[in-house]
Formats: sequence, structure tokens, C-alpha cells
Amino acid sequence: MRPAERGFAGVDDATRKGVDPPNDYPDYVGTRLRAPKQPLVIIPATETELTGPAYGESAIEPNDADLTRQHDGEPLGQRIVVEGRVLGSDGRPLRGQLVEIWQANAAGRYRHAVDTHDAPLDPSFSGAGRCLTDDGGRYRFVTVKPGIYPWGNHPNAWRPAHIHFSLFGRAFTERLVTQMYFPDDPLFPFDPIFNAVRDEAARSRLVSAFDIELTEPDWALGFRWDIVLGGREATPLEEPHDD
Amino acid sequence: MTEPLGLTPSQTAGPYLSIGLLRDLVPAALLDPADPRTIRIRGRLLDGAGDGVGDGLVEIWQADEAGRYGTEAFPGFGRSGTEDGGRFEFASLRPGRVAWPAGGLQAPHVAVGILARGLLKRVVTRLYFPDEVSANAADPVLAALSPSQRETLVAVAEDGGLRFDIRLQGPAQTTFFAV
Repeated sequence: MRPAERGFAGVDDATRKGVDPPNDYPDYVGTRLRAPKQPLVIIPATETELTGPAYGESAIEPNDADLTRQHDGEPLGQRIVVEGRVLGSDGRPLRGQLVEIWQANAAGRYRHAVDTHDAPLDPSFSGAGRCLTDDGGRYRFVTVKPGIYPWGNHPNAWRPAHIHFSLFGRAFTERLVTQMYFPDDPLFPFDPIFNAVRDEAARSRLVSAFDIELTEPDWALGFRWDIVLGGREATPLEEPHDD
Repeated sequence: MTEPLGLTPSQTAGPYLSIGLLRDLVPAALLDPADPRTIRIRGRLLDGAGDGVGDGLVEIWQADEAGRYGTEAFPGFGRSGTEDGGRFEFASLRPGRVAWPAGGLQAPHVAVGILARGLLKRVVTRLYFPDEVSANAADPVLAALSPSQRETLVAVAEDGGLRFDIRLQGPAQTTFFAV
């Protein structure tokens, strides 16, 4: 077979088409010197792509999932519970999945040397968490609602409140790093990162839902957010042409 | 369930990914660096101006020497930050050959994923070994690329290890894959 028949070269980015943002999205200024400009080369999913690391047996401490109990004192801010399921696109729960999160504190400041935003650090908040999904694919974090913070993308640019999430899925192709947002954030229309996801329905899947059932009386607000993982559906090489 | 669920879209890992992703769980050394099989893989993550990307993350995924993925003895996944001017470094071993779906074997390779501020989604490439001349020549992925594309994927022997620079943009941009 010649390469063209394999569907290899020169094919535009078809991965998770209509779901992911494009690489090249100049409104997000950080992409301008970093987003690859040449078209992605499509390769079939081989064993390399269809396998992936498993962290289901990792030694995770209970406090890893409770970001309000990682220090002697309690962090300032609105205490929240974030819970949801990690699912395959067929709806099946993915158990034993390592979920890693990181976020700003309630004042909108990250505990990171590069973050120079003039907002206070909280000595009782590191902003990193992780857990493994249970048999129902469920994860659960206790944390504080991250603050909104300015960034230098454009004049008067502010990021909507968000928590960064990292997931592995069942294969190298399913690895996903994304952000969870909170409902009704007034900054959504102005944020190029959020709006880089062009499809409105896909974009809405980045936004958690307030959940009164998850809300714990006299203690913490509850937000629910399910995560659906999946790689590219079709692999051209696996269906060879007749010729 | 008939209708598949909509997938969750990707968003950038942003400039502070080290808080969440560069902790104790995932090492940059996939085996004991004192192990005689160790190959050091060093490189730089570079932007379109040729400057080092100092807030990125490079992840690798590879088979063991026998071409098996995810064994207990060799899990095969590693992470390195790029804080030092875009430099990353792994200690790993030469993977065995793994099957090609249409038959035959692929040349030894390491899958590489890159996350950073300015990348709205992970970009993925592969590292190939410079001394695997005949296996590389017969590899179906490499064979589908132009010589200049191919060149970006073959590491360079240097200082007893391998150098693998990743160029996100420019005329010598690393070849990235949709997987």
C-alpha cells in the first residue's frame, strides 16, 4: 500500500473532531509560538496507542483527595465537594483511574513560583489533589472554590474559576488533561481557553453542575462533573482498501 | 445505551501544571539509573522562536525489552518537567519491537506526549533509535513520512545517551501524530 491509501499523511487533525479545541487558536496568545502548525499525521492505533499506564494500585492517602486537610489549619474560602464519574463513551464506569487535580486558592493565587498575581497565598492550601475512582468510576474531592484571577492574555483578561484535571483512561490515546468550570461563570464569554472548544455542546461538558444532593448541610456546597474519555474512533489502516 | 456519550474536551494544562503533575507518583527514571541497561534520553522542548519552553511536561510510554507493555517489573510510563530552559531528561531502556496491526513488527520506539501552557491539547510524537537502521527503514510509520519529517523523530546519539529535541513549530517542527 502506498502511504496515501493508508490515510497517513497530510490529513487534518481528525482526532476527537468536534470535541477538542484546535491547536492553532490565536485568541489564546500562548498558542502563537507553541501550537504546531503542520497538520497532524494520522497513524493507526497500534499496541503502543491501545495500551496505557495503570495506577489503580497506587498508594494514595485519604488526605490526597481532601485539599482542606493537608495542613494544620483549614484553608480560607468556600468549602466545596466535587464529585463525579469517569466513564467510557459507552457509559461504562472506569474504575481504578488515577485522577489528579490542581487549582488556585480561594483568592485566585497558585502556589507556584511563576504566579506573581497580587493576591495572598494561603499557608493552609497547596492546591493539589489526587484519588482513584471506585468500582462505580466515582471520584470525590473536598476543596475550596478556586478564585478568579487575571492573566496577561489581553487587556482586562480574567480566567473563569476552574480546577485542572488529569486522567489516563484505558489507553495512551485516552489520556486527557482538561479543566472543570463552575456553572454560570460571568467570564465564560470572554475566555479564549474555554471558547477554544468551538462546539457549544462540547463546551458545556466542561461545566460542572451545582448539586443540592451532594451539598452537605452546614458544611460544603456540592458540584457534580462527569468525565467521558475516548480516543479517535476510526483508524483508516485497519480497514484496508480492496485495490 | 445506543447513543455514545459526548467526550469531555481537552483544555490547556496551563503554566502551573507542576503543582498537580510533577509530584512523587510518576518518575522520570523508568528504571534504576544505575541499571546497566539504562539509556539516558535528554532533550529540549522548544517554541517557534527557538526558545526553551520552561513550563511544560513531557510524558513517555514504552514497552519493555521484550516488547511488552505495562509489566510489573517495567511499568513503562514516565514524566519529566521542563523547568530548566525547556530541558527534560529520562532514564529508560531500549524497548523491544511491537506488532504492527497489518502484520510484521514496528521499529523500537517510545511514545511521547507533551503538555504545556499554549497547548490546548496534548501533542503526541514518537522517538526512534538512531542505531536501529534496518528496523527504522522497515517501520511503517516512518515509511509514511517524508525524509525531513522522519528526521525529527530519530534521536541523536550524544554523550553516551540520546538527545531528542522537540520543536513545537517552525520549518524543523517535530512530526506530531493524531492517535
